[in-house]
Amino acid sequence: MAIYTKEEARKILEKALSFSKADTCEINLSGYNSGNIRYARNTVSTSGFSSNQSLAVQSSFGKKSGTATIDEFDDASLEKVVRRAEELANLSPENPEFMEPLGPQMYDESISFSEATANITPEYRAEVASSSIIPADAKDVTAAGFLNDSAGFSAMINSKGLFAYNQSTDVDFTVTMRTNDGTGSGWVSRDFNDVTKFDADEAAKTAIDKAVLSREAKAIEPGKYTVILEPAASSDLLRNMFRSLDARSADEGRSFMSGKDGANKLGEKIVDERVNIWSDPLNPEVPTATWNGEGQPLKKTTWLENGAVKNLAYDRFWAKEKGVDPVPFPTNVIMAGGDASLEDLIKSTKKGILVTRLWYIRSVDPQTLLYTGLTRDGTFYIENGKIKYPVKNFRFNESPIIMLNNLETLGKQVRINGNLIPYMKVRDFTFTSLSDAV
Amino acid sequence: MKRRDFVQYAGLGAGALMMPSLLLGNDIPTEALLEPGMDVLIKKNMADVALNTAKSLGATYADARIGRYLNQYVFTREDKVQNVVNTESFGIGIRVIANGTWGFASTNSVTADGIKKATEQAVAIAKANSKIQKDPVKLAPVNAYGEVSWKTPIKKNFKEVPVSEKVDLLLTANAAALDNGADYVNSALFMVNEQKYFASTDGSYIDQDIHRLWPTFRVTAIDKAKGNFKTRENMSAPVGMGYEYMDGLESEKLEGPAGLRLYRNSYDMVEDATIAAKQAKEKLTAKSVDAGKYDLVLEPNHLGLTIHESVGHPLELDRVLGYEANYAGTSFASLDKLKSGNFQYGSDVVNLVADKTQVGSLGAVGYDDEGVKTKKWDLVRNGVLTNFQAIRDQVHMIDQNESHGCCYAQSWDDVQFQRMPNVSLEPGKEKYSISEMIKDVEKGIYIAGRGSYSIDQQRYNFQFGGTVFYEIKDGEIVGMLEDVAYQSNTQEFWNSCVKICDESDYRLFGTFFDGKGQPSQSSAVSHGSSTARFNDVNVINTGRTI
Repeated sequence: MAIYTKEEARKILEKALSFSKADTCEINLSGYNSGNIRYARNTVSTSGFSSNQSLAVQSSFGKKSGTATIDEFDDASLEKVVRRAEELANLSPENPEFMEPLGPQMYDESISFSEATANITPEYRAEVASSSIIPADAKDVTAAGFLNDSAGFSAMINSKGLFAYNQSTDVDFTVTMRTNDGTGSGWVSRDFNDVTKFDADEAAKTAIDKAVLSREAKAIEPGKYTVILEPAASSDLLRNMFRSLDARSADEGRSFMSGKDGANKLGEKIVDERVNIWSDPLNPEVPTATWNGEGQPLKKTTWLENGAVKNLAYDRFWAKEKGVDPVPFPTNVIMAGGDASLEDLIKSTKKGILVTRLWYIRSVDPQTLLYTGLTRDGTFYIENGKIKYPVKNFRFNESPIIMLNNLETLGKQVRINGNLIPYMKVRDFTFTSLSDAV
Repeated sequence: MKRRDFVQYAGLGAGALMMPSLLLGNDIPTEALLEPGMDVLIKKNMADVALNTAKSLGATYADARIGRYLNQYVFTREDKVQNVVNTESFGIGIRVIANGTWGFASTNSVTADGIKKATEQAVAIAKANSKIQKDPVKLAPVNAYGEVSWKTPIKKNFKEVPVSEKVDLLLTANAAALDNGADYVNSALFMVNEQKYFASTDGSYIDQDIHRLWPTFRVTAIDKAKGNFKTRENMSAPVGMGYEYMDGLESEKLEGPAGLRLYRNSYDMVEDATIAAKQAKEKLTAKSVDAGKYDLVLEPNHLGLTIHESVGHPLELDRVLGYEANYAGTSFASLDKLKSGNFQYGSDVVNLVADKTQVGSLGAVGYDDEGVKTKKWDLVRNGVLTNFQAIRDQVHMIDQNESHGCCYAQSWDDVQFQRMPNVSLEPGKEKYSISEMIKDVEKGIYIAGRGSYSIDQQRYNFQFGGTVFYEIKDGEIVGMLEDVAYQSNTQEFWNSCVKICDESDYRLFGTFFDGKGQPSQSSAVSHGSSTARFNDVNVINTGRTI
């Protein structure tokens, strides 16, 4: 399938819009190509390729809306899909929270597309798998990994004169290396918009080294420990915290961000003052589109500033209800870091635990943002500035809010799952039991 | 149903999903759900295009799945309808073996030309990957069934029930919750119809029509002055049934302890919402649990999730062998433990069965997604591990020569692989009710409904919450508890199972979103049991002050 250019997309969208007889009409057009390879037991298992494109029309009469979708873009098909959306709108109940489409907007030019990623071939994917499997074999280790790449475009137009277009690419890679005696396991995750930044050999080596180093872990007592969290470990807890940034849930009294007597926590200091978190679609390390599905422009937005809640996300309806400007949800998360490398953080630790990643994280109490989960794929005991030995995995019960209040040191930032997160040293992290899992 | 669809339409994506998802399926008018779709003869011809193309390019095996997935979702909150969504997704997925290696490609262009191109792509991928293949694919034999069909035995087709009736039911349930003290209530109905056509070079052409339904709600009660909130979710289960599940038949209700109502094969949503609102308010002032050891009395709609995580997943052969090592993980239940013939998975009252045929369950189909007729088999008998769950390309690795028939793909554009069948705990053989079980417990907790759940990547250490908790003292329920979670180890936990209620208490738990694989796929699965007692389990207090 072709990734349509801006002008090709505009032509199709304008044609579709010309058929509209509704009060308002909004049309989205998008498509992607996506390929992947999976391997395990040091050999390839399954892999695939998929491709799709679609055009969605939302027509509205007053507060009644209908949506219809189609994947053929000749004139007759475009007219058919517009008529179908209008028929559906006429049959729908009124939506009291209906918001009219936005008028024309100014968007920044996004930097989320890479030609090299769009041109990945099955042969390249097989080479990436090889660059895990060959060194694993040589070290008595078994590799299981996954590479997924996609290239897509997205465009929208509406009857108020708005037009938006974006292209983006992504490549995501993870590999788990397990020692053949079954006692050690290591893992890495790498993701980029631009595949030329990806070093498959380096990633494989990091995971193999961790697997070998984590062999024959010792059991130590669960309890409260100073921990060094690699960005892969802390990012999942932080991502869960971000779900509670929604202003409406906070105002309704059913979120961590709800305050007493019907207030929300906007402006309140909730974590250590060194914590600064923002989103920025134009950050060159973690670029995203510069507009969202409603056509709202996405700009750099600060969420936590010096430990205080600077912004909550207001959708357009809730913003209107509350008489404030809408604040779109972030498409990436950037947390300010420091200069310390992982080695520096280890060196400055008298007694602590190094955590590679956390796994199977689930909410235990939404009121306090308490989460449970386990460490996985490389957990090490640190004493007097050195890694002493690998330890068995722990179950934790901890809240990211408590974690960010117990901050000791911030280290360097790393890209993980499209976000920029620093290494962190945190005191009194709560481990509640031991696991035999490797 | 794909989890992404659910998140998007439930509004949980909250604007974070930039690209309008193309995998959701196309939005269609309600009446279009009743359109018959592609004629079966045309599907056979289209499938043959894939199979013949694959063979002509040197594939030694090929299968084609033409899928039409029709979904209807209705979302409400309080007195408002938030969204009514009808979707249709149609396309073909082609899987081949060339040079001993799998290849897969899919397309929504179900024309001779589109199918040829996708098949060429699948073969090209297989050939590219065969250069690093060390372990050529070996398929267990399967019967050629010829042209056959299977349908979920439903009494009321959701597609024939007017949307207004569904909306009325949800809004009535919401009103009942609000009248009984709830501050907020969200409710939804998810209805799924998978029309799947499978053909393979082994000589089967299988046409299936599968229905699933899931009513759900969340009631929230708020203490504004303190800034506290509590939620209580539904006691229904997603089911492999038609809309008749929503009839609320009295004959399918069970009286639970402490005023709870429990539901077998028919659900009374309005009654459940009424009770939920009262319980959500009660939770705001319930006693916080004292951490320690308790005997747990676990209700089927709770225990189902524990079975899912601690029995269903560890006994998947692909996990045992390491195929899922990079994502879901591996398993403590190693090949050695099976081969020993004496691995005590649980106490001798514990019998766990896998079943792809159970009527009313989410996993029930006539044939799996690689054309194997489904069946029922033992996993654990009298506490001893006896088998795993395996499909055609892996079952030879446990020296068996017949697939168990549990291969599944969430859609035509995803490759099929081993997925969990319904895994259920057999009821106790002696007559024994919930009230008798509670009478026998000195210090315990009764837990009903699903809650927080987490388990490690080899399925040893787990922690579960629940929907409602009641303290048991000297054979009596003495009051509601909060902040309860139990932590245990799979083998220790199942060996602490001392008693199981009889079959009159047997019910199915279910989930639409069992996630596994890369790219991740969702699968729907049920787990049946009667209420069961587990002695001396470690309970922690999850209350925190921030």
